[in-house]
Amino acid sequence: MSVKTRLPVGEEAIREKGWIGAHRFLLLRRLSQAFFLVLFLLGPWFGLWWVTGTLAGSRTFGVLPLTDPLVLLQGMVAGHWPEFTALLGAIIVLVAYGLIGGRVYCSWVCPINPVTDAAHWLHDKLGMPKGWQPKRNTRFWILGAVLAASAITGTVAWELINPITMLHRGLVFGMGFAWALVVAVFLFDLVVARRGWCGHVCPVGAFYSLVGARSLLRVSAANRQACDDCMDCYAVCPEQQVISPALKGKPGETPIILSPDCTNCGRCIDVCSVDVFAFTHRYDQRVVPLTEPAAPPATRNAA
Amino acid sequence: MPAAGGKPRSTDRRRFLRDAARAAGGCAIAGMGLTYLARDARALPAEALRPPGALPEDDFLAACIRCGLCVRDCPYDTLKLAELGEDGPATGTPYFTARDVPCEMCEDIPCVAACPTGALDPALDDIDDAEMGVAVLVDQENCLNFLGLRCDVCYRVCPVIDKAITLELRHNEVSGHHAIFAPTVHADHCTGCGMCEKSCVLPEATIKVLPMRLARGSSAEHYRRGWEEKELKGAPVVEGIIDLPDRLPGPGTDNLVAPGGFDPAFKLPGAGQ
Ligand code: SF4
Ligand code: SF4
Ligand code: SF4
Ligand code: SF4
Ligand code: SF4
Repeated sequence: MSVKTRLPVGEEAIREKGWIGAHRFLLLRRLSQAFFLVLFLLGPWFGLWWVTGTLAGSRTFGVLPLTDPLVLLQGMVAGHWPEFTALLGAIIVLVAYGLIGGRVYCSWVCPINPVTDAAHWLHDKLGMPKGWQPKRNTRFWILGAVLAASAITGTVAWELINPITMLHRGLVFGMGFAWALVVAVFLFDLVVARRGWCGHVCPVGAFYSLVGARSLLRVSAANRQACDDCMDCYAVCPEQQVISPALKGKPGETPIILSPDCTNCGRCIDVCSVDVFAFTHRYDQRVVPLTEPAAPPATRNAA
Repeated sequence: MPAAGGKPRSTDRRRFLRDAARAAGGCAIAGMGLTYLARDARALPAEALRPPGALPEDDFLAACIRCGLCVRDCPYDTLKLAELGEDGPATGTPYFTARDVPCEMCEDIPCVAACPTGALDPALDDIDDAEMGVAVLVDQENCLNFLGLRCDVCYRVCPVIDKAITLELRHNEVSGHHAIFAPTVHADHCTGCGMCEKSCVLPEATIKVLPMRLARGSSAEHYRRGWEEKELKGAPVVEGIIDLPDRLPGPGTDNLVAPGGFDPAFKLPGAGQ
């Protein structure tokens, strides 16, 4: 174990599974993020209007409406009851994320995620200190404050500074000074607080974790008995507090990562050289029994 | 299991309360900052006009989710979304500048049809009823028609010609024997489309579309116009008023100073006659 822990994070997985194997979900995630962005850009760039609008509200193939439920909710507390199209769009989005995990939005769609991931990568490279680490539940307080501000001012308050929709709208319609907000988020994560924005502050992420609190799609540490305590999953997980209850659960405790904070990004699956984690549904309580205690080290030596 | 950890329970509770208070305080401050920003962002510049059917500005800011669907469906690229930091309305909300690209008043109003939230009111089914603003001839001193020429461009381009804008004939005091065809906007019919402002031939338009709040005054609640009330009632508003003869000039009338009229019994001192 002492030899392994000295390996850089993810190195062991790369040796075991190859670089592609150890970055499968990361690559898929980047593809997905690019895909959702390009969908919106096909129109303005190539005149292919399959998807029109922005993340706040869109129309696909002229029929399917999608609406950001948090933006709509702010409008509702601000005193406007929306037309059916917007409501329907929000319901579709809520049902989808309710099933696949609210924070799938964070790791697979949100355009700010690559920005904060880049900040975290650089933060790691530079070996910077953790910095300010507000409580994880700070974002829920902020979510409350955002709704209160909307109600008090009668406007969709968060949209005045929301870097997510600003960046997205900026790319699709025209940037203005929206890039400054994106730079601010990057610097905040780099200098002020490690994983600060997405991990502690962003009320959109907080909202979506509430949406996906009972989601079906989950990561399970089903093979947790094979865990060799390399701690790599903790190092890559953007919400590392979610791992322990599942991974370190006593026999009889669920191996499913039930915390709504988990973004279903799948990085833990990637980075684990002994394949402890896997995507499954929330009622899958299977734990792989430890068959051959000596097996994992043996494969490692062979590699 | 706070007590089991060896720490007295009260320390934990105190820490919890302190953390909660800190979080609440921080959020209150952040919330107030956001509130301040939101109030600030409610100021709509005068040259920024909302699309047809837009709810009153206060309601609009609650309703519009800044999706840009109205912008995309406008066939004339009239509408734009406000960008952060530019001198426009609240970031991400749709508007247009009449002098750049006016609204062409599409009969099927695609922008309204596109709006998923009702920020552009679907009740607007006739574009002639739109109230994006009101055109005001802001500068009579430079308007070519007021100078006695027959420019008439603003009048000619108006999609609601002869209702929203008319040419009112009046005497030209400068030449003494010509007419002025004064372009005159009638707010009831003007949609604020901005065609007139866009087309004004002068380097800076002398007719401009202004938002209602700037363009219009308002009459006091209790004011009544006698002639309207009379028409509504179909009879004089006050019963039993004697209709005195109108004093028209000319022979046979009782206009005392008119030539051929009755001789005035009393003359103002110095009145030449
Ligand atoms: S936490 Fe917020 S900014 Fe980060 S990925 Fe999720 S929605 Fe995007
Ligand atoms: S537990 Fe795994 S899937 Fe969930 S956020 Fe962490 S790394 Fe991603
Ligand atoms: S009425 Fe037509 S031209 Fe005017 S804003 Fe709407 S879509 Fe554009
Ligand atoms: S379509 Fe409606 S909600 Fe979307 S930007 Fe236009 S006015 Fe706002
Ligand atoms: S804005 Fe000008 S062109 Fe448009 S309806 Fe009014 S007077 Fe006519």
